[in-house]
Amino acid sequence: MSVTPIIQTEGLGKVYAAGTEAEVIALENVNLRIDRGEFVSIMGTSGSGKSTLMNLIGCLDRPSSGRYLCDGIDVATLDAEALARLRLDKIGFVFQGFNLLSRMDALHNVMMPLGYAGVPLAERSRRARAALEAVGLGSRINHRPGELSGGQQQRVSIARALINRPGLLLADEPTGALDSRTGEEVLALFKSLQAQGNTVVLITHDPEIARHADRVCLMRDGLLFEDKSHAGAAP
Amino acid sequence: MTFSDTLRTAVFALRGNWMRSALTSLGVIIGIAAVIVMVSVGQGTQAEIDKMVSGLGANRLDIGSGAANTGGVRGGAGSQATLTDQDALAIREQIPEVQYVAAGTRGNAQLVYGENNWSANWQGVQPDFFEINGWKLANGPGLEAGDYSSAAKSVVIGETIHRELFGEEDPIGQSIRIGKVPFRVVGVLAGKGQGGFGQDQDDVVMVPLETARRRLAGASGSPPGTVRQIALGVARSEDLAYVQEEVAALLRERHHIAAGSEDDFNVRNISEIVATRTQTTRIMSLLLGAVAGISLLVGGIGIMNIMLVSVTERIREIGLRMAVGAGPGDIQRQFLAEAMLISFGGGVIGTLIGVAGALLASKLGSLPVRLDWQVVALAAGCSVATGLFFGFYPARKAAQLDPIEALRHQG
Repeated sequence: MSVTPIIQTEGLGKVYAAGTEAEVIALENVNLRIDRGEFVSIMGTSGSGKSTLMNLIGCLDRPSSGRYLCDGIDVATLDAEALARLRLDKIGFVFQGFNLLSRMDALHNVMMPLGYAGVPLAERSRRARAALEAVGLGSRINHRPGELSGGQQQRVSIARALINRPGLLLADEPTGALDSRTGEEVLALFKSLQAQGNTVVLITHDPEIARHADRVCLMRDGLLFEDKSHAGAAP
Repeated sequence: MTFSDTLRTAVFALRGNWMRSALTSLGVIIGIAAVIVMVSVGQGTQAEIDKMVSGLGANRLDIGSGAANTGGVRGGAGSQATLTDQDALAIREQIPEVQYVAAGTRGNAQLVYGENNWSANWQGVQPDFFEINGWKLANGPGLEAGDYSSAAKSVVIGETIHRELFGEEDPIGQSIRIGKVPFRVVGVLAGKGQGGFGQDQDDVVMVPLETARRRLAGASGSPPGTVRQIALGVARSEDLAYVQEEVAALLRERHHIAAGSEDDFNVRNISEIVATRTQTTRIMSLLLGAVAGISLLVGGIGIMNIMLVSVTERIREIGLRMAVGAGPGDIQRQFLAEAMLISFGGGVIGTLIGVAGALLASKLGSLPVRLDWQVVALAAGCSVATGLFFGFYPARKAAQLDPIEALRHQG
């Protein structure tokens, strides 16, 4: 394992509408270090700044202050193209609403990121099949999202997040749209992905979900706290 | 993302909304087809007019004698013989832009060959006459240098004369009478058909100028050395106006005409008559082209409109593609490819319809059509350019979306 942490922030801050009356300090002096192979959850209520933090560590946004090193790369120096490349190579997103393209079948949804990575078509298809099999959907590859259950759709989106072997899985309320039993299944899937060497960062408002992680961080009013009490409590 | 990936993605997106894509490209189809048909018809008409103009002689000037003015009674043009051989010579020597000069005279006489006779115009000509008027020999050696210098009784006859006097017989070497004078036929002219004013151009015979003066003009003839008209051929048609002025100035000087007095000659420019007609067709072609261009523009705006709708509808998709690693360039290329596919597809179909329409117009509507493959290629190229131009703004809009807001977008 590399000594470079996958995520390292130093005094990270984000201010919206800076200098105006509507100024909002969404994030303040966040110092977070996540090493490879960790399963960390970031918990907070709505408005706590957890979404802002996710956008920043997901390289969708740039900080107002402080530094964020994603796998050792300072994000502040990158332009939109380079940020996109970084997301492609290092980060897989899993969203609450799955965000699958309804016009495409599961296979093509999973293949999509590989197109941007410049992987040849045959190789794309082969890897997407393997990824779908790995999440237990080998028999559903030609189904469209509308023909799949919520849990199955979330598995497709997890397969898509992993397809380019990013190393870091960023899940934003991944169980929010699922019933508790399917939610448990998805969380178990994250566990097994962690066991395979992936880093998983889970963002949620729900303490019950958060405690499945090895490490829980709490967000409140833009500040981040380590929460030792929850960690590792999950079965 | 590779080019073929971008294309494949675009095709997939367009197929998902194929009705809308087809209707959008219909604008381009109509535009391109209109451009091709309109320009083809315009060019066909233009070519028709050009053919007529060159038949009349677009590069020529005609100088005629002026009107006689005897005690206030003014005769018509040519009623006074004021032009001379020397005038023609002076023009040839002093105005280098003039390529051909031929002084001439003319009259009417009865032609007789054997049992047949026919009334026709004769013309006394100088060698350049045939070049200026675009006459070609169909048969025989024609008038040669010796014929002019020795005032030989040789004649070149038009196609109509050939038919009326000789029928199927070979006239070369035969003797005909013009009035009372026997002439030897040395050539038959290739037919020109009807002239621009409906007259039969082939109903004519030509003899050397000197011969005409001595043998045909007779007692009613003009003073020695005078001619009825001088025809000029200019090498380049753009010099025509300049030469016209030069000739007038030269003749005024030679004829000692004081400033402010009336000229005793007139210089006419045949192309002036036709220029108006040519310009009218040119304006027509331009108008047709403009109408076609506008319909292409409307087609392009249709593309832009639909692409903007498409971008708005697919904001979440754009956000997702960005989140999984598509850069702004990837997104821009994807939407540009969609716009260009619509317009290029429309362009191909429009070209086919346009070419078919142009051919049909010439077959059924008997319109003069000239299919210029450059125009076809240009129109097809235009369709791609239309897609590129009108697709650029929506594609750029898509590429500049903020991934976070795009992902969060509702609807």
